Amino acid sequence: MTEQQPVLQMQDITKEYFGNRVLTNVCLDVNRGEILGLVGENGAGKSTLMNILFGMSIIAETGGYTGKVCIDGKEVVFQNPFDALRAGIGMVHQEFSLIPGFTATENILLNGEVLHDNIVAKLFGPRLKTLDLPEMRSIAEKSIELLGVEINPDTLVAEMPVGHKQFTELAREIHRPEMKLLVLDEPTAVLTESEAQVLLTSLRRLAATGISIIFITHRLQEIFDVCDRIVILRDGQVVKEAATRDTDIVQVAELMVGRSMSAKSVATRAYDEKTETVISIDHLWVDMPGETVRDVTLEVHKGEIFGIGGLAGQGKLGIPNGVMGLYPAGGSVTVHGKPIPLNDPAAALAAGMAFVSEDRRGVGLLLEEALDLNIASTAMQSQNKFIRPLLGGLLKWRDDKAIQDVAREYIEALDIKCTGTSQRVEELSGGNQQKICLAKAFALQPDVLFVSEPTRGIDVGAKARVLEALRTYNRKNGTTIIMISSELEELRSICDRIAIVDEGRIAGILPPSATAKEFGLLMIGKLKGEGSEVNSYA
Amino acid sequence: MTKKNGFKDTISHLFIGNAVPIMFIILIAIAIPLSGFSTRYLIEEMVTRLGRDSFLVLSLLIPIMAGMGLNFGIVLGAMAGQIGIILVTNWGVSGVGGLFLAMAVATPLAILLGWIAGIVLNHAKGREMVTSMILGFFINGVYQLVVLYFMGKIIPISNSALVLSRGYGIRNAIDLKGMRQSLDRLIPLKIGGIAVPVATFIFIALLCVFIWWFAKTKLGHDMRAVGQDMSVSENAGIKVERTRIIAIILSTVLACYGQIIFLQNIGTLNTYNSHDQTATFAIAALLIGGATVAKASIPNVFVGVILFHLMFVVAPKAGKQLMGSAMIGEYFRVFVSYGIIAVSIVLYAWKRSNEKERSRRSLRGEQEIPKTD
Repeated sequence: MTEQQPVLQMQDITKEYFGNRVLTNVCLDVNRGEILGLVGENGAGKSTLMNILFGMSIIAETGGYTGKVCIDGKEVVFQNPFDALRAGIGMVHQEFSLIPGFTATENILLNGEVLHDNIVAKLFGPRLKTLDLPEMRSIAEKSIELLGVEINPDTLVAEMPVGHKQFTELAREIHRPEMKLLVLDEPTAVLTESEAQVLLTSLRRLAATGISIIFITHRLQEIFDVCDRIVILRDGQVVKEAATRDTDIVQVAELMVGRSMSAKSVATRAYDEKTETVISIDHLWVDMPGETVRDVTLEVHKGEIFGIGGLAGQGKLGIPNGVMGLYPAGGSVTVHGKPIPLNDPAAALAAGMAFVSEDRRGVGLLLEEALDLNIASTAMQSQNKFIRPLLGGLLKWRDDKAIQDVAREYIEALDIKCTGTSQRVEELSGGNQQKICLAKAFALQPDVLFVSEPTRGIDVGAKARVLEALRTYNRKNGTTIIMISSELEELRSICDRIAIVDEGRIAGILPPSATAKEFGLLMIGKLKGEGSEVNSYA
Repeated sequence: MTKKNGFKDTISHLFIGNAVPIMFIILIAIAIPLSGFSTRYLIEEMVTRLGRDSFLVLSLLIPIMAGMGLNFGIVLGAMAGQIGIILVTNWGVSGVGGLFLAMAVATPLAILLGWIAGIVLNHAKGREMVTSMILGFFINGVYQLVVLYFMGKIIPISNSALVLSRGYGIRNAIDLKGMRQSLDRLIPLKIGGIAVPVATFIFIALLCVFIWWFAKTKLGHDMRAVGQDMSVSENAGIKVERTRIIAIILSTVLACYGQIIFLQNIGTLNTYNSHDQTATFAIAALLIGGATVAKASIPNVFVGVILFHLMFVVAPKAGKQLMGSAMIGEYFRVFVSYGIIAVSIVLYAWKRSNEKERSRRSLRGEQEIPKTD
């Protein structure tokens, strides 16, 4: 790079949350027209760094930070995101912040509308100026055009496909002439492969106009496709900063996790497909927002660990949520040949199915209750376990002793770190909360166990233990486990067969020994229509 | 999906979308011949009632735009308007001048009450309707205290025709001799023997233009944004709470004017009762016009006022013809308006779940194709 002034310099940024250091002397430069890839595992400090940049109130509320942030060489301290916006720094978030009933134009210029002055406004204040819709439309059009995509500026956001929403949001940030630095937080997470490609092309076009971009993503390939430079964060420190051409995916992945990727550990159990079918799903559809299932047909055999993978938003999460009755669903599901009524969680539980939800804190746990009660709650409700009948069954009394015993048993078996059986679940770390969820499902002694994103948001050590716990439980009790995960490696390390979901349908089923390429092709829907060969394994 | 299916689907969707007005048109079509009223009489009634009520019903539109639902709090504005009328009657100002003076006097009061209501509703986001209704009951208590005790004691009232014989407190019924129909008759016009309240209609038309124009202002645009998603609007830098307060203030002030127009048409003020049903009847009318809790337009107002009042006029007589009792009529009026609000809210919920089901249908795969394996 030449000796030009960087657009953004962050120098020696250090941040502590209540004595817990989350960022240590982080330095970050972004040059004009450069695309910087920022990668790191969950909890590496990416969000905190961005919160500091944008002057989010949570930073000041938790004691501020040390270090300097400079824009064009001048030190700045933003009090709130609007200050940052005025300085020409914008952010596109993971979640859409769009008004559904407004058109693309209205959203792109939300609170930045072009206004006509009039007499009433002179008398009663500027909010009574009228909107100049044709002018707004042309600004929106220009902004969309800059991205190189085709979106009608008059389309309502509610009627747009997901990808267009993402572009609308991007267009909103770049329509401001002063925009010089754009932060994108996982912008491709909700996009299909082809939409993501279009987005990456758009980013390159933007960079060519002189806008700098910080691109945060888990998809390393995208970093290599589009970024000039890459900064890797681990445990709050910059572990590597390099031009993308001087490094490669394997090295970056290694640095991210801080240990060299183990030789692909693939589940190697000889899997016997002759065993009886435990659960069969026929033409299932599920209306789960963001994870729509359209038409899924599956059969899973006894004692099997069956993996379901696929990109985010393709519907893999909808399958267990639909089968367990948490979201409106249709089609048919039979367990041991008996049909299970859908849309009825109690019936699903009664049929011997259990579910560890991906929404740990919402669906999975009673956060303000003790961990022993959490473990026993579903078993108490649906199976009358841990209940003492009094007066010949007239009254049902909670059997606290049995509850504590079972809690102790699982604390030991799953190595849950806690102060005791009566500790409240919200005080535990993410990994330990996940183990409570598993214990809760195990306490039901299910025939079929659905586990959804069991390692999401927990640290690497806990991940291994959670997977091990699942494997052990499967081997010991012969329980059929259906595991849904975004992490393919994880599925390959534990599953006997892996189905890949694409656009709400099963794209194919592969053995764990299949190559990454084969999985990759299924995920991006390349084999659609010619899937017979791959499906033959099913 | 076959074409025939699609057509059927569109028709049923259209019916569901306008279920309330359609239901009422059917009811009225049955009731009109039963009542035996002449067409001329009905037209005359409708012209009068359009002038009397439209302004009040229009005052409901802005809070709906701001996502705050049906503003039961317009009774606050009505009370402010009545205080204005009492004061102006006491001062002896009559005619259209008195009418406008009453509006001027009542405006600051309506702004104050609207501001209070706005602040309260900001603390009850998502429960605005029930909160505004209860707030109406509470402010009614304050109004009664002022009118029944303060007036004549703290606020000097010199006109003995207004004051109760004990020396303070306002009489139950006030004859608005000077103001009666002063606006309605300002520009006299008769079409086929039917008196048309031209000036009132001009007033209403101006308000319609204002609302139409207001929706295009930055403030109106912000209200629509806030009404759809408060957190997104907040993140875009729109002052959400302030915008909501302004919406309620506007609604309260407009309701205040609406109530004054209403009373000049009626010609008497029932000090303690005139405002009781203001919100209920206005809301019932708007809902019958096809509006919902989340969406209302100017046409909804006029369709609603006409249908609601046709029902109002026709139903008692039809009830009497059927049941033989005049009491049934009075009972029926109240029954209809409360019933409509309840039914509309239920229908709105039903419609929404129906729409969800409809959009869900597209999720199902090609189930009709049997698998051949």
